[in-house]
Amino acid sequence: MAKFVVRPGAMIDGFTLGECVHRGGMATLWSVSRDDIAAPVLMKIPRVSEGEDPAAIVSFEMEQMILPKLGGVHVPRCYAAGDFARQAYVVIERIPGKTLYARLDELPLPYEEARVIALKIADALCDLHRQNVIHHDIKPSSILFRPSGEAVLIDFGLSHHNQLPDLLQEEFRVPYGTAPYMAPERLLGVRDDPRSDLFSLGVLLYFFTTGVRPFGESETMAGMRRRLWRDPYPPRRLRKDYPPWLQEIVLRCLEIDPAWRYPTASQLAFELAHPDQIRLTARSERLTRDPLTTVWRRRFNGNLVQPRRPSAVAAQLASSPIVAVAIDVTEGSNELNDALRTTVERILKTSPSARLACLNVLKLGRVTIDRTLDEEGNNRHVGRLVTLKHWAAPLRLDESRLTVHVLEAVDPAGAILEFTEANHVDHIVIGARQNSFARSLLGSTSAKVASEAVCTVTVVRPPRQATSSGAREVPPDDDRSMPAI
Amino acid sequence: MRLAIFADIHANRQAFAACLEAARARGAERWIFLGDYVGYGADPEWTVDTVMELVGQGALAVRGNHDNAVRTPSETMNAEAQAAIEWTRGRLSTLERNFLAALPLTHQADDRLYVHSEASQPGKWHYVRSTADAGRSLIATDAHITFCGHIHRPALYSMSVTGKMTQFTPVSSVAVQLLPGRRWLAVLGSVGQPRDGDPAAAFAMFDTDSRELTYCRIPYDIDAAAKRIRENGLPPLLADRLFVGR
Repeated sequence: MAKFVVRPGAMIDGFTLGECVHRGGMATLWSVSRDDIAAPVLMKIPRVSEGEDPAAIVSFEMEQMILPKLGGVHVPRCYAAGDFARQAYVVIERIPGKTLYARLDELPLPYEEARVIALKIADALCDLHRQNVIHHDIKPSSILFRPSGEAVLIDFGLSHHNQLPDLLQEEFRVPYGTAPYMAPERLLGVRDDPRSDLFSLGVLLYFFTTGVRPFGESETMAGMRRRLWRDPYPPRRLRKDYPPWLQEIVLRCLEIDPAWRYPTASQLAFELAHPDQIRLTARSERLTRDPLTTVWRRRFNGNLVQPRRPSAVAAQLASSPIVAVAIDVTEGSNELNDALRTTVERILKTSPSARLACLNVLKLGRVTIDRTLDEEGNNRHVGRLVTLKHWAAPLRLDESRLTVHVLEAVDPAGAILEFTEANHVDHIVIGARQNSFARSLLGSTSAKVASEAVCTVTVVRPPRQATSSGAREVPPDDDRSMPAI
Repeated sequence: MRLAIFADIHANRQAFAACLEAARARGAERWIFLGDYVGYGADPEWTVDTVMELVGQGALAVRGNHDNAVRTPSETMNAEAQAAIEWTRGRLSTLERNFLAALPLTHQADDRLYVHSEASQPGKWHYVRSTADAGRSLIATDAHITFCGHIHRPALYSMSVTGKMTQFTPVSSVAVQLLPGRRWLAVLGSVGQPRDGDPAAAFAMFDTDSRELTYCRIPYDIDAAAKRIRENGLPPLLADRLFVGR
């Protein structure tokens, strides 16, 4: 079968080639069109002529396998794929704009802007990991943004799909990837740990906020291996005004042992979304690297070199869920709140890496102008936060696993659902009160949450009691608290 | 075209029937049988008759070592397998025995090779346990995809154009596109006697157009299959292991 000639104007399987928009080391990108596709699309063609790196072929095969399996806003849509027998290619959605690489001249970026960028990338990684894929090449040039703001990850040639054969596993003796961003465990041949992507994001965040790459630019194996025992300089040593919460995040992402990093991308995204609630550890203030004794121990005891069991990406994500519990703070809800605490306690016991977000909705009136101060002049918002912390205290959770949030909204169920979506919550625990006057009047918050949530919902009721002659009266819901009904 | 591929049925009627039904529900258009229809299980007549009938309708079937042992006793089989084959021999009719004896060791259709054990020496019944074994088989054939069974543990091997091997334990119900740029050895799990720790019956679907291979696991009535083995005086171990898939 004749091979296609790749040049502007040529036809490949119904696609008309336009201009070549990018020539990379592994592949070229062409703008193409086909009558039935309205969206702008690109054709990616690998460089596979004689003498080219065989890695180009294998990584292209990986991309051909993985891209058609992916969905969602954080990846380019895949329209078609052609095989090596005639002309290897994939046709993908063209994301307008430039990659983050274009911003390198502007570094360091303002802290807040870098936080927002990192949060968007963490959101994208969360979505990717949930699809059983580890990217393995997170760096500025593989990240674009949609006009609507979401980060889009491109280039899956080095990726690992936990449910598909890994063609790169045994292909090369040296780990393939971009040296400055590569996680230490990759140098030991580990390809199935999603926390490797969190390390790369940590490198990117360090670089974007300091203007310096934490592990330099060395491409040699010896230079790369240093990161197995040598930690980078803390950002605060480079910039005096570096916020402690940001250093906490960056250094946790850059932990040498994956077990010390955030357990999941969604937990990292949660911290980036709530910088005011990050529990600061000794990491956040450090100005020096680890002492040499620690470095030597890492280097010569070979902690990381020990054989490890293969990890299932899905199982690892499932063991580190974000649990949100909706707490009612009105009088007479003690029984229900105790029941909620018991349920939450059970969930947290079975998932030691879970984190808990305690929510309360401060209900706003539809018409009245709300004042944040009550009649006695107390700040209601702060009062609710204190109550939530008090509720959570008996759980004895480490502060790094607990956050409290007061949401102000007209519609409590809507506010809980919105929080769930924005923060990748995996499990909502919410109370339902029976025989309530307010429920019959307003409809049930828990029912709406249970029916519309994108995640698992547990509806908790207080223990049953012997029924008395009439249903217990519950005061009408005019006190602007969340009706936990 | 959608192919339904079965290996190592081993006279387990309940498992085989469940897999046939599941494959029909998945739109199977052609049946491929990779050998070992008998041995271990207590329903060899029904199993062989069903395969014969489907072969009459265009299915492809190759011979396995247990099928071979019905006519040519094997000295390498373990005691339980020997006992099951002795018992099976007495149950099968001349027609059924002749059918098994006449089956080919390999069958090549389009760019696909079907064989019970592996392609380098099909009559020697070697197991594919490693990438080295898989590589030996792949070098021995020019087929793009080789399908085999024999070891009762599903696996998927590939060889790149530069001769590098990959090994993968398939995830059930997840379709894998067998890319044309490399060659593949698909080792199927067993319908009637799984040994990978999952007691569910195993088979696979392959779509020749999209080149997607999907490994499937189907729960079946293990109690009934085990009861048949015990009732017929076959070694109880053969019944017990069905429950644990070992």
